[in-house]
Amino acid sequence: MKLKSFIIAGASALALGALSLPATAQTFTFAFQADAQSLDPHSLNETFTLGLLGNVYEGLISYDKDMNKVPTLAVGWEVLTPTKWRFDLRQGVKFHNGNDFTAEDVVFTWERMGSEGSDQKTLAGLLENITIIDDYTIEIDTPIPNPTLLNDLVTMYIMDKEWAVANNATESSSPADAGRDGSYATSNANGTGPFMVESRQPDVKTVLVRNENYWDDSIPTNVQRVEFTPISQAATRVAALLSGQIDLVYPVPVQDWSRLDNADGVKALTGPEARTIFLGMDQSRDELLYSSVKGANPFKDPRVRHAFAFAIDVNAIKETIMRGAATPSGLMWAPQIQGYNAEANTPHPFDPDKARSLLAEAGYADGFTVTMDCPNDRYVNDEKICQAVAGMLAKVGVTIDLLAQPKSQYFAKVLAQGGYDTSFYLLGWTPGSMDVFNVFNNLLACRNEEGTVGGFNLGGYCNERIDELGRIVASETDVAVRQAAIDEAAQILKDEAGYIPLFQQPLSWGVRDGVSVAQRADNVLDLRNVVMP
Amino acid sequence: MRDFLQRFFGGDLWWSFRSSPMVIVAAITTFVMIFSSAFANIVAPYDIFDLTQFNLMDSLKPPVWMERGEVGFLLGTDDQGRDVLSTILYGSRISLLVGFFSVISAMVLGIIIGLIAGYSGGWVDAVLMRIADVQLSFPAILIALLVNGIISGLLPGEAQADLAIYVLIVAISLSFWVQYARTVRSSTMVERTKEYVQAAQVIGLPQPLILLRHILPNVMGPVLVIATIQLALAIITEATLSFLGVGVPPTSPSLGTLIRIGNDYLFSGEWWITVFPGLALVILVLAVNILGDWLRDALNPKLR
Repeated sequence: MKLKSFIIAGASALALGALSLPATAQTFTFAFQADAQSLDPHSLNETFTLGLLGNVYEGLISYDKDMNKVPTLAVGWEVLTPTKWRFDLRQGVKFHNGNDFTAEDVVFTWERMGSEGSDQKTLAGLLENITIIDDYTIEIDTPIPNPTLLNDLVTMYIMDKEWAVANNATESSSPADAGRDGSYATSNANGTGPFMVESRQPDVKTVLVRNENYWDDSIPTNVQRVEFTPISQAATRVAALLSGQIDLVYPVPVQDWSRLDNADGVKALTGPEARTIFLGMDQSRDELLYSSVKGANPFKDPRVRHAFAFAIDVNAIKETIMRGAATPSGLMWAPQIQGYNAEANTPHPFDPDKARSLLAEAGYADGFTVTMDCPNDRYVNDEKICQAVAGMLAKVGVTIDLLAQPKSQYFAKVLAQGGYDTSFYLLGWTPGSMDVFNVFNNLLACRNEEGTVGGFNLGGYCNERIDELGRIVASETDVAVRQAAIDEAAQILKDEAGYIPLFQQPLSWGVRDGVSVAQRADNVLDLRNVVMP
Repeated sequence: MRDFLQRFFGGDLWWSFRSSPMVIVAAITTFVMIFSSAFANIVAPYDIFDLTQFNLMDSLKPPVWMERGEVGFLLGTDDQGRDVLSTILYGSRISLLVGFFSVISAMVLGIIIGLIAGYSGGWVDAVLMRIADVQLSFPAILIALLVNGIISGLLPGEAQADLAIYVLIVAISLSFWVQYARTVRSSTMVERTKEYVQAAQVIGLPQPLILLRHILPNVMGPVLVIATIQLALAIITEATLSFLGVGVPPTSPSLGTLIRIGNDYLFSGEWWITVFPGLALVILVLAVNILGDWLRDALNPKLR
């Protein structure tokens, strides 16, 4: 008798479970190859982390699905003088904890972005001062005229001052905190965005729920609940999509596009991404940290850098590893970026003989050994690309010790917060502002002590003339003059082989049929545009 | 020596070996695989660690009997243009190496603990055997994952890849010692009451000497049988850990790592990258297992 009632209880529990299923119909599940580094919006300036947090936090301005700038926490703005802007802030916006959004929070956010652990110091450095006029009006001073200021403000996510003070999180956590507890803001979030963080287990699962009090009623999404799962194995990720467990996965390995197209109920969503994948070399130290060459730094010699560029067959990487889905690039910025000039985009030719003779000229006829840092869960086929680069360099006599790591460890090592601890590395860059000045400011400029300029110039490449041209690019409003400066800088960079650009990688998403999403060129999944059937 | 050979070839063991064709096939297979992986640098068509021998444009070539296949690459090539046959030969070398060394270190550890527990008895025995019991209640792979995670967590990032093989060996041997300890303990408890041990005690030999010189040789039989069977298990455990991505790094791939790398290409139809290393693993483990089973039966007087 007892057993029978047990069975009945069990069966009714099951039935209840089944009944409650339709309520979860508006749950959107998606998978990426790695987790967001942190919930702290200032701790890592990385597209995926910022993209995910862009659903929880908001900036003064944001991009819509076609990458147009739309007013968000600011409702309007006015340029008072070339270096002074006035912004009217949106009234009646509340943070997730119910606090009001005011001008104080904007100032606090800017200060926090300049704090010790922050990875957004180059962005904070674009502003000189923020003056509070009243609760909903601010004035921003910039050190130099900055016509692209609005684009730059997109990834400046506003955090609630009161909340941060109460939880002792007024300083940004650092990428080097990965795997440690960091501050309160690493594992909790309180923004103004359309989704709130319900729970988070790093590297396992993050659950977002709809913010019922969101200020904008017009966003298209009907999603009430979002489950994000990092799945590092590419095949497992695709299998999860094919089996219907997950609504959207990215990146889909390029070799599986046709598999998705042939399968029922799913499709591959592809296009060109604005991300340029490139190689960087440490040109700042007198002796490389990880190399067989002692007492000298071979990368200080432009001949060695050119030899590396000549040794790499970008087209072979494109045809095999990327299955044709990449655009070889001679520039550090993609065609989608404001300031791109197709005529200047001439990829470096492949010529291993030339590479060998250049190395011999530079005194490295027998080659040398250098360690290469590479992420293995950040870009499309990143580790495979690094392996291929190692193989190509081996053919001209350079031995590469490949250190491929998950991005959490990789970024903690190579970025400023890790002391630029690298000799040779692979990195990808999408300018968050979609303007070429972002590349100048972060990658090309000589880096300063505070890390507010050239903060992502991990190899410490430095050319005074490019710095001068960068200042023109920053403030010039005459398009022709600006373009001339950009082209001159591109030429210098190419002549010196300061960086070795490889290609632009493709956008590569797999989506369940019926789920409508907007695929942006910066590879950000904006949940505001996700509509479930 | 001649005497020994005569005894061996005239004995039961050889007779039982000769009368079972399956065991002969297994023995030959095992020998061939051990030989070819030990001398992979001579046997394999390419040296997989010499990057200059490979060309990216040769990548993803199918096996030779298929369309687009090339004679130079019998079993096809992987995503970097490496010859799959060569990677399997070098990969089995690492798999076997990890297997052998973890079995040996598990055996040494298990024998020492078993001898001490069985000979001392009392609370020493109770404590050691309870630890063994607790560990037996967890699957070995779980223990190996745990130990592997803790040790690699303690190592700095750069050392992790270099030391991965040793970490694996430690992790697997720490999860496998229990079988040996329990077997040795029970045999030791039987042996220590025998007259030759009492005689040794009476003439005042120190305890370690009695354990090593007098008891150990008499308990080794069953231990060798366990070791053979566990070799197969250790190879599987190593492959599982490497498949999960916590084993040896892709720069020195074992069979498990090769299967994991190839797994990414199953959906797109390049099955040979993962299927051939998988087959090699199955054949190797099966052959070693058959040998182990045969050895167990042949040495067991009750089954004769």
